[in-house]
Amino acid sequence: MNTVFLYALVGIGLFCLGLFALIVQAHLLRKILAINIMGSGVFLILVALARRTEGGIPDPVPHAMVITGIVVAVSATALALVMILKVTESSGQPEFPDEESK
Amino acid sequence: MGITFIDFPWAIALILLPLTGGLSCFLWPSVSKILGLVTVIGVMLSATGLGWLVIDKGVYHYLVGGWGAPLGIELYVDGLSLLMLMVTALVALGVSIYSIHYFELSYQRRFWPLWLFLLTALNALFLSADIFNLYVTLELMGLAAVALATLTGSHDAFTAAMRYLLATLLGSLAFLFGVVLLYHSFGSLDIAVLSERFESNITAWAAFGLISAGLVLKTALFPMHFWLPPAHANAPAPVSAVLSALVVKASFYILLRLWLEIFSQLDTDVDILFGFLGSIAIIWGSLQALRQTRIKLLVAYSTVAQVGYLFLAFPLAEKVGVTAWSAAVYLILSHALAKSAMFLAAGNLLRFGGHDRIADLDRVAQRLPITVAAFALAGVSIMGLPPSGGFISKWLLLQSALVQSQWGLVGVMLIGGVLAAAYIFKVLGRAFTQAPLPHEPGVVPATMEWAALLLAGGAILLGFFASEILAIIEIGSPFGAGEVKL
Repeated sequence: MNTVFLYALVGIGLFCLGLFALIVQAHLLRKILAINIMGSGVFLILVALARRTEGGIPDPVPHAMVITGIVVAVSATALALVMILKVTESSGQPEFPDEESK
Repeated sequence: MGITFIDFPWAIALILLPLTGGLSCFLWPSVSKILGLVTVIGVMLSATGLGWLVIDKGVYHYLVGGWGAPLGIELYVDGLSLLMLMVTALVALGVSIYSIHYFELSYQRRFWPLWLFLLTALNALFLSADIFNLYVTLELMGLAAVALATLTGSHDAFTAAMRYLLATLLGSLAFLFGVVLLYHSFGSLDIAVLSERFESNITAWAAFGLISAGLVLKTALFPMHFWLPPAHANAPAPVSAVLSALVVKASFYILLRLWLEIFSQLDTDVDILFGFLGSIAIIWGSLQALRQTRIKLLVAYSTVAQVGYLFLAFPLAEKVGVTAWSAAVYLILSHALAKSAMFLAAGNLLRFGGHDRIADLDRVAQRLPITVAAFALAGVSIMGLPPSGGFISKWLLLQSALVQSQWGLVGVMLIGGVLAAAYIFKVLGRAFTQAPLPHEPGVVPATMEWAALLLAGGAILLGFFASEILAIIEIGSPFGAGEVKL
């Protein structure tokens, strides 16, 4: 088992952990955190992949992809946080309302 | 060395124009209406220019900054992307004309920047030739779309948009994971290069699974459609129109493109699964539409059903490739025009009556004849009656199914057509009668009525230019060799 494989395994673990939390957790902030953890899992795999090249010189393309990905994740999180505030403002709780109560 | 008309980089204008337009609208909100309208007309002209170029000279490549595939970013336009760009520009024009009088001043300044950013993302998505750019544009599109869906500011709109945001982020992340795995296995992001290097292995299968799941979630194929009806029904009318007409189609376009170029090399039965889910979506979406008491929810569930038709092309394409794929593209075009017209008409009815309850429509056929005409014409295309774009696409799909004796799919399409007729007449039937409780009608500006009719007319006109449009689809033969028999 080499290092890259280990990183990939951890990345997949994070992705699955985040997916699980996204489905199970009711609190919207936790859902957003879960999405971010899933994203970190993908980014971790990307960074690890950059070292796969021969001669030990890292491949710059995955790095560029990670940076772009982080920018996208930050903007998405910002939008999500504002929306959590708005949902909380209008319903009094940072969760989705129950379908039955509608 | 002057740049002649034909050499002008129209593809770049399609991205830069709405981007600068959106920024200007953000910086100078007081004139955002005029800036927005000028931008959208510019986008329409650029799309026409690009169309002229592509029809004249064939497939169009553009190397951004002069850097080619492995290092730089390439833009690529063939018949499929050209038609997507054209229909986007057309719907954008209709929706923008509608929006001039739809939004109050304080909402204009929020609507235009976001809408133009969404248009930028859509155009960039249809021009992209590599899978990472597709991811970025997919995210840009998703974020702008979610922000637009919250514009009404109601509690329902925020919770619906929140669900939409979580679904779209999850979909994009799954897509990104797939992109990473493809890059890992085949060392490239360019679709053309990937298509050459692709071979079946475990990573390729994982990538295929993740990308398909992510895109299916974003395209709202049954049973992943849960986020669509509330988000589309609670958004302002022009936004619902764009979400249903274009945003849902964009993720389907990516799925179609990647399936054709890359994943068709896998030996899979997923196409049968897609056809199965599509069939359920048609029946279930139509039945749900029939059950709704509010027009906007009815139209939103109709989108769920129509998305089902798109996925029927996958199992049918195995034997009659080009015909089935052309049918799907034709359906994308006609549904984009018809559904945007329908949402705009629903917006007019909402403005007129102050509500969109179907049972309480009060003699709108006499009082808003243009709006009701737009709704009816759009309905003709959604039902698939001749002469309309919807008829051509459903005819082609039916024909592909008949040729292969796929009786199950034939049955589903026929039942779907009948159910569509039922839910559209459910609305139209109430349009002529007096409501039990008459109410003070609101004022609907003429531009809002005509914008809806313009788009509905487009959906009908598509039925008359089948051979021309099918010829455009063939440019660069995105679906491989073969021809469509009408």
